[in-house]
Amino acid sequence: MLIIGVFVTRAFAGEQLAIAAAADLNYALSELANRFEIASGNKLTLSFGASGNLYSQIQSGAPFDLFFSADEDYPKKLAGAGVADASSLSIYSLGHLVLWLPSSSPFDPQKLQMESLTQPAITRIAIANPQHAPYGRAAMAALEHYGLKDKVSGKLVFGESVSQAAQFVQSGNAQAGLIAMSLAKSPAMELAGRFWVVPSDAYPELKQAAVIVSVSKHKKAAQEFLDFVLSTEGAATLRKYGLTPPAKP
Amino acid sequence: MILQALALTLRLAILVSVILMAIGLPLGYWLASSRWRGKFLVEAIVSLPIVLPPTVLGFYVLVAIGPLSPFGRWYHSITGGSLAFTFRGLVLGSVLYSLPFAVQPIAAAFASVDHKLLEASATLGASRWRAFWRIVLPLGFPGVLTGFVLSFAHTLGEFGVVLMIGGNIPGATQTVSILIYDQVQSLNYALANRIALLLLLVCFALLALLYGLRRRSKWVLWGWQ
Repeated sequence: MLIIGVFVTRAFAGEQLAIAAAADLNYALSELANRFEIASGNKLTLSFGASGNLYSQIQSGAPFDLFFSADEDYPKKLAGAGVADASSLSIYSLGHLVLWLPSSSPFDPQKLQMESLTQPAITRIAIANPQHAPYGRAAMAALEHYGLKDKVSGKLVFGESVSQAAQFVQSGNAQAGLIAMSLAKSPAMELAGRFWVVPSDAYPELKQAAVIVSVSKHKKAAQEFLDFVLSTEGAATLRKYGLTPPAKP
Repeated sequence: MILQALALTLRLAILVSVILMAIGLPLGYWLASSRWRGKFLVEAIVSLPIVLPPTVLGFYVLVAIGPLSPFGRWYHSITGGSLAFTFRGLVLGSVLYSLPFAVQPIAAAFASVDHKLLEASATLGASRWRAFWRIVLPLGFPGVLTGFVLSFAHTLGEFGVVLMIGGNIPGATQTVSILIYDQVQSLNYALANRIALLLLLVCFALLALLYGLRRRSKWVLWGWQ
């Protein structure tokens, strides 16, 4: 096995791309990365986390080539600080927030909508940490929008990233979650619960942007992958996970 | 915010080390005196948290206290609540996580108590219970104190398990180490530095006290010394 491994590494001609990606892209981007690897011969390693955490890592010189954020602010800040190439900054999709309840829940999120959260049987509501995660900020904004912030603040538990928030509610440790639609549509969660799409006027738009990191030595390959994500094929895959294409400027 | 997290962390560490004394004394005594052939298995289990990544422990604790596990359901039927994202849940996770740091020094100290003293006390008619309180515990006390301080300090610095089962709730599960992590990730280096320095000093003072006391007497600090 080891010998084969060494042989494959030697024979490998493409480039190695390190990609930092927002936790909500866990499934969508993995699928796109697989297809890109086959088509281009490049090798992609994906690191998922809360956008804010990835942002501070890149700010501190983490050796990533490309950064897919769950918002527009972090990539803009990186570009502003000269840590990322401003010319490469592109919005690749719009993220959507959903209210997710496990299928064992007695409440129907479609029917009760945000009122589900005020039910006494719901004692824990998982959201992403608003300090680092754009989806956490969207969740807080939505709670405020519906006048629920004070009513449910004692029930909130904070995931490290939106995927940890999803894990909290998927495992049943929290009874409800405000998470990314892209995670709710993943195979692991789709069968485990039901969700209601929070109307987009309830929180500031989640324009998800990507940017190439300045220290990258593989800018051409990084741009190729970014173009692939922005292509019709890329958009179709993103849309499958509820990540809709951004409105044309 | 800092004080709240610090108070919470201290409360957790004190509670955990007290509980670990209640577990560690009988378990340590048993490990030191038992001749059972399967003892090595218990020793291996007790030492597991030293080598296991906190994520393994955190993951299994989270599953175990979740509503789908028998334990989680049993707990819910008794208390009507869940241990996930609660202070009690952290206590449970930390007791498991710091177990070897309490048990190993205690067991080592008890094992080093001269057997002849115990035999002498037995010939004089003392029960094992009495021998434990009058001979084993006083002679092994340095090890007990070491176990107490180490489990206290280890719980202070706990991170991975808390990250996985805590849910980062200020006042309930947001410990100092989690707060530091949060502040670093938010690039609040000044605040992170203040809290980190505080934790560093507290841990250093504790260990300096421990090693300083040890210098004055022949204390067993670690099981392998």
